[in-house]
Amino acid sequence: MRKLALNDEILLKVDKAARYIGGEVNSVMKDKEKVDIRFTMCFPDVYEIGMSNLGMMILYDMFNKRDDVWCERLFSPWTDMDRLLREENVPLFALESQDPIMNFDFLGITLGYEMCYTNVLQILDLGQIPLLSSERGEEFPIVIGGGACAYNPEPLAAFFDMFYIGEGETVFDDVFDAYKKNKAAGGSKEDFLLMAAQIPGIYVPAFYDVTYHEDGTIASFIPNRKGVPGRIEKQVVIDMENGYRAIEAPVVPYIKATQDRVTLEIQRGCIRGCRFCQAGMIYRPTRERNVETLKASAKQMLKNTGHEEISLSSLSSSDYSELKELVTFLIDEFQGNAVNISLPSLRIDAFALDVMSKVQDVKKSSLTFAPEAGSQRLRDVINKGLTEEIILHGAGEAFRGGWNRVKLYFMLGLPTETEEDMKGIAHLAEKIAEEYYEIPKDQRNGKVQIVVSTSFFVPKPFTPFQWASMFTEEEFIEKAKIVKSEIRDQLNQRSIKYSWHEPDVTVLEGFLARGDRRASEVIQKAYQKGAMYDAWSEHFRYDIWKEAFAESGVDIHFYTTRERSPEEILPWDFIDAGVTKEFLLREWKQAKNGVVTPNCRSKCSGCGVRRYGGGVCHEGKN
Amino acid sequence: MKVRIKFSKVGPVKFVGHLDTMRYFQKAIRRAELPAAFSGGYSPHMIMSFASPLGVGMESSGEYFDLELSRTVPTAEIKTRLNAVMAEGFHVESARQVEDGKASKAMSLVAAADYSVQFRPGKEPSDEWKEKLAAFYAQPSITVLKKTKRSEKEVDIRPFIYELALTGDEIKMKLASASGNYTKPELVLDTFWQWLGEEPKPFAYQIRRLEVYAEKECGNGKCFVPLEELGENVE
Repeated sequence: MRKLALNDEILLKVDKAARYIGGEVNSVMKDKEKVDIRFTMCFPDVYEIGMSNLGMMILYDMFNKRDDVWCERLFSPWTDMDRLLREENVPLFALESQDPIMNFDFLGITLGYEMCYTNVLQILDLGQIPLLSSERGEEFPIVIGGGACAYNPEPLAAFFDMFYIGEGETVFDDVFDAYKKNKAAGGSKEDFLLMAAQIPGIYVPAFYDVTYHEDGTIASFIPNRKGVPGRIEKQVVIDMENGYRAIEAPVVPYIKATQDRVTLEIQRGCIRGCRFCQAGMIYRPTRERNVETLKASAKQMLKNTGHEEISLSSLSSSDYSELKELVTFLIDEFQGNAVNISLPSLRIDAFALDVMSKVQDVKKSSLTFAPEAGSQRLRDVINKGLTEEIILHGAGEAFRGGWNRVKLYFMLGLPTETEEDMKGIAHLAEKIAEEYYEIPKDQRNGKVQIVVSTSFFVPKPFTPFQWASMFTEEEFIEKAKIVKSEIRDQLNQRSIKYSWHEPDVTVLEGFLARGDRRASEVIQKAYQKGAMYDAWSEHFRYDIWKEAFAESGVDIHFYTTRERSPEEILPWDFIDAGVTKEFLLREWKQAKNGVVTPNCRSKCSGCGVRRYGGGVCHEGKN
Repeated sequence: MKVRIKFSKVGPVKFVGHLDTMRYFQKAIRRAELPAAFSGGYSPHMIMSFASPLGVGMESSGEYFDLELSRTVPTAEIKTRLNAVMAEGFHVESARQVEDGKASKAMSLVAAADYSVQFRPGKEPSDEWKEKLAAFYAQPSITVLKKTKRSEKEVDIRPFIYELALTGDEIKMKLASASGNYTKPELVLDTFWQWLGEEPKPFAYQIRRLEVYAEKECGNGKCFVPLEELGENVE
């Protein structure tokens, strides 16, 4: 029987103790004496969120298929456990072996969103590992970061030994082999990092020096060692049949995870090219998985987990060319066995409505549209190919099919936005309500409910908006007030609910997303003052962050409200994310002129990822 | 076919709560590919009913739930198939076919349960408690103050303690567990502790439920039988 790192008394004092016990179905146990590399794979948020992350689970599965590696999991201890670990001085441990993570060879941290950065420091701190990579000796694990936020790793540069840029499936084997080779040769940590820095996609921040101009912008970014590349090329899986590492048996949590279901990844990337969307740019080219492989994989994962639900994962499921075939198969094959089928990110059309009416209760479910902007002009600026006509038509069809709830998602603070664009949000909601009330009374299903949500726009690296300025908290609140008051002026205002996100966390996200190495100090100070779980509104403490900025002498506006010039060296420019800077700049200009760019299947926009030799860029051309 | 599953839950999985244990078994039944029967509607669920929730932190060697299957499966096969997909700490002890119908539902049958309790090292009462336990049990009545949301009332729990004995460091007891007289082992021991004139220490007990019983007419009166004995093996 496995022995736990914590005694019963500690575990009985915390909420959901099962977060910390490991031993779940399909979790991997190995003999630690028989492996060469011990790896902790960490998602720096609470267990239920982290266990829902597909990327982490793919790597867990892939690493453990190697006999010489034992990969274990770790999540952020919740605040109650955090307190107890500090009080009792128990070093943070990995779930499977329950051994302290400080004794492992690697600590890998998935960086899914910026607001988890203080949680990264919590992990190191509770693990009794020095926060700064420069202060960690040979005895500590190599700390490696990856995931979407690694595309601008600079704000975290001080805390990590290395970053993995791109999809984890490609070069991790090379990293492990280099580590073993170095260990066998008796090499130091620095020797290993030098070897690693020469593997494509690996970035070792300590091997680069940054200098700044007087105005604070970057003057130079250059390697300080021989043999270290000047540019880091992102890694992608091109062969989605043989290069893709499908999970056969995902770990089944005891407690209910946020995604308590089988997640079937049907494709990577997105053909749409929305100009605000980082995922749509960095995961290019769009690559589909084979539908027959997916069918077999769905069957296998449901059997091995016993989950009662399966969900399709992709940035835009409707663009998957074999969607009809796949969904029909899932319904025919599994619905009889009481397996729910969940279809997020579907465009509302006749097919979607037909499928949705089969897999969910029309009366209880709602339709989701993400127009993102209130006017056609602004939707053209952001290249969101959704028109008012499409939305009203889709909503009308759905209303006649029995639906009466609609959710609408928008962003406020997009580049070039005017008051008319903001008011357009209210007008679109009103038109949808009117569409509903055009149906004869005896044929409709009570009142219509429209929920409008707005978030505030955050410019992200490697998007055409990476140069854009962001607004302040006060300006954001003003924008939300304009939307609110315009909604109140509509005829059907009683059918429209409006909610908006808190602006201060958005502004901080904007700082962390486009920050440089000088952000590390702010993050560290904020953490030391008690910032943690910033992604959780009940824990987010903006006052702490404000103090951290003041003490570090860092001006947040330099990073948020300042528009960058095309000539400026951006902190992430040393990464080759596939899409070229020329393309992004072209798109930034097109945006300002309100000119749309067709999707990848209609016409190639020459973004630069064709050279990867696969995916949508080469469809039908073999 | 209605089948009664008896399982044990020991080691780290004692921290898996009652609702999560139910979810665990729902998924295990699917992994075992047993022909579970489902309720209708858009979110169908398995027709299963647990006998008695087990508190977080408690181990057990005698937990029960009833499960409805859409066709008959040999009971030995049910047990084997479930044990092939268990996580460490969970083990299916038996699977028996039981009568259909509400009256035979596991939950409504529960009349008593056996517990084994040990004090965690360093958390024992300071008094010579082992010598005094028998005297405590020998009292004609043991009054406790039961607090509800609205009021407090005195209850005599002595009639609900069917057996209580000490073997080595282990206190074994048989306690009433029907819905009207459900008595927790912690309550009995807290009361004992206070009777010794001491304040009970928090997190002092290591508890394992050993068996859950139904009440049955026997030759000369009533007797307790383990829930599994009300079912039978089928081939």
